[in-house]
Amino acid sequence: MIRLENICRDFQVGDQAVHALDHVDLEIQPGEYISVMGPSGSGKSTLLNLLGLLDKPTSGNYWLNDADVSSLDDDALAEQRQQNIGFIFQSFHLIPRLNALENAELSMLLAGAPVAARRERAREVLESVGLATRLHHRPDQLSGGERQRVAIGRAIVMKPGLLLADEPTGNLDSRSGEEVIEILEKLNRDGISLMVVTHNREIGRRARRHLTLHDGKIVRDQGTAS
Amino acid sequence: MMLLSVSIGVAAVVLLTGVGEGARRYVTGEFAALGTHLIIVLPGKSETAGAGGTGTIIGATARDLTLDDAMAIERSARIARVAPLVVGSGNASWREREREITVLGTTTTMLDIQHWALQLGRFLPASDMDIATPVCVLGSVVRDEFFGNTSPLGQWLRIGDTRCRVIGVLAQGGITGPFNTDELVILPVASAQQLFNAPGVFRIFAEAVTQEAMEPARRDIIEIVKARHQGEEDITVVTQDAVLSTFESIFGMITIGLAGIAAISLIVAGVLIMNVMLVAVSQRTKEIGLLRALGAKQRHIVALFLTEAVYLSFLGALLGLILGNVGSTLMTLAFPFLDFTAPTWAMTAAVGIAVTSGLLFSILPARRAARLDPVLALAGR
Repeated sequence: MIRLENICRDFQVGDQAVHALDHVDLEIQPGEYISVMGPSGSGKSTLLNLLGLLDKPTSGNYWLNDADVSSLDDDALAEQRQQNIGFIFQSFHLIPRLNALENAELSMLLAGAPVAARRERAREVLESVGLATRLHHRPDQLSGGERQRVAIGRAIVMKPGLLLADEPTGNLDSRSGEEVIEILEKLNRDGISLMVVTHNREIGRRARRHLTLHDGKIVRDQGTAS
Repeated sequence: MMLLSVSIGVAAVVLLTGVGEGARRYVTGEFAALGTHLIIVLPGKSETAGAGGTGTIIGATARDLTLDDAMAIERSARIARVAPLVVGSGNASWREREREITVLGTTTTMLDIQHWALQLGRFLPASDMDIATPVCVLGSVVRDEFFGNTSPLGQWLRIGDTRCRVIGVLAQGGITGPFNTDELVILPVASAQQLFNAPGVFRIFAEAVTQEAMEPARRDIIEIVKARHQGEEDITVVTQDAVLSTFESIFGMITIGLAGIAAISLIVAGVLIMNVMLVAVSQRTKEIGLLRALGAKQRHIVALFLTEAVYLSFLGALLGLILGNVGSTLMTLAFPFLDFTAPTWAMTAAVGIAVTSGLLFSILPARRAARLDPVLALAGR
C-alpha cells in the first residue's frame, strides 16, 4: 500500500543542514498497526508528515497505492490526503466555533459532498466512536477524551486507508487515553492501517509492528507483517 | 473593527451625498419657486440672447411688444399666466419729500410670478391690462423714505405728472430677479405707459402650465407674436432652463466630489480590512493547517477568506446604510427645509465599493493563508 524508497528530508537550520530523515526505506501493508518511537528530534514527526503528504521529501520516492506521489503538485496532494489519509493530532485541532457534528463533517464539506450525505455520515462516525449524545456540543463543552474522539470521527469520515496519529493520547489522562487507543485499535481491526507516533512505551508496545527512529534513520523495525 | 470601519465609510457616503443632494434640491427648489416655468419675452431678435435678459442689446429696428401681444400670449392653452412689464424712472414726491425712482408697470399676476410678498395693503387690482388705475405699490425702502413710520396706505404719491394712491407695500425682499424690489414703485401697466407716454412693453413674463409644457409654450409664444407682427420673428424668448441646468450640473459635481471623498474613506476602510484579515490569518494558522490536512486545496482557503471578507464588508455596509440613513433623517429633522436623503445610486455605489474593496484588500491575506506550509501551520508557526 505504501512504499518509501530512499527518502531524505533535509531542513536548513541557520547555515547547517539537518537530516530529519536520512535515506529511509519503508513498506506498509494494508491493515498494519505500527507504532513509531524514538527520542525527540529523531524524525518521527517528519516521517508522519511525509506519509501524510503534508511535507515533501528532499529526495527519494513515495508510492501510495501504486502511484508515485512524490512529484505531485499541491492541489493533487490535497486530493490524495482527502481521499486516503486521516490525521489525529495531539492537540485535537477542532474548530472551536463548530459543534461535534460540523467538525466531523469538515473533510466531506471540502470534498463537496451534499449536506444530507455529510450529516448522515458524520452522525454515523460519531456514533461509532460513542458520541451519539454529544453531536451538537461545541469542543469547549466536551472533555479531552471526547474531543479526541470527535477528531477520530473527523479523520475517518472519508473512509481513508491510512490513519496517522501523532501522540493521540499526549493531552489526555490515562483513562481517556486508553479509550482513544481502543477506538483506534478497533478501527484497525476493521481494516484501516494505523500508525501511531508516541513517547509512551506502553502504548507503543500495543502495536504489532514497532519502528524506532534515531537521527533520521529507522534503527529498529520489529514485527514486520509477513 | 472591520465592520465598524466599513460601516463608517458607507455612512459617510450616505451622509455626504445626502448633504450634496439636499443642497442641490434646496437650490433648484428655490429656483423653481422663482419660476422654473417662467418664460421671458424680449422685443427684438437677438442672436446671442443670454440667460439673464436685462443686459441684452436690442436692435434698434425692433418693433415694440405691446399689451395686445401680451394678451394674445395669455390666450395660449400652454400659458398659465402673463405679466407685462414696463420699466422707467420718474420723479416721485410726497409733501416736501422728493426723489428719483424706478417705476415698474405691470399687472396683478406679477406678484405670483415673481413670488413677491406684501407687507401692507394689497397688490395691484385685478383688471384688464389696458385699464389705467391711479394706484401704486411701494417697495419697503421707498415707503421708509417717504412715510417713515406712518402708514402710507391711502396717501397720494405724485409721480411725474400723475398722482396715485398707495394701496400696498412690498415685503422687504432685496434683489429678486432683475430688480431690487425695495427701491421700486409699481403701477398698473397702463398707468405706467401713460406716465412714460410710450406704448411699448419692456418685457413680457409668461408662465407655462407645466415644466413639460415649457418648450411648446416657448414655440407658441414665438408663433403668436410672429403672426401679430406680420410674420416677422422679432422677439427673443428666454427660459430659466438654461440657468437652472447650470446650477443642477454644478451641484451634481459637488455631490460627486463629496461622494468621491467618502469613497476614499471606503478605500481606507479597505486597508483596514486587509489588516484585520492578516491578523485573522495569523490567528487561524492552525485551522488553516487543519483544513489543508483534511484535503483543502489552496483555492479553498482563498475562497474561505474572501467569502468571509465579502460577508463582513457587506454586513458593515448594511450597518453603514442604516447609520447613514438614521443620520440623514436626524439632519432632515433638524433642518426641515432641507432634505438630506441620499440618492439611491450613492447608496448602491457605497455598498458596491465597500464590498469590492473588502474583496480586493482580502486577496493578499487570503493568498498568504493559502500558501502557508501545512506542517508549520499545524504547529501554529
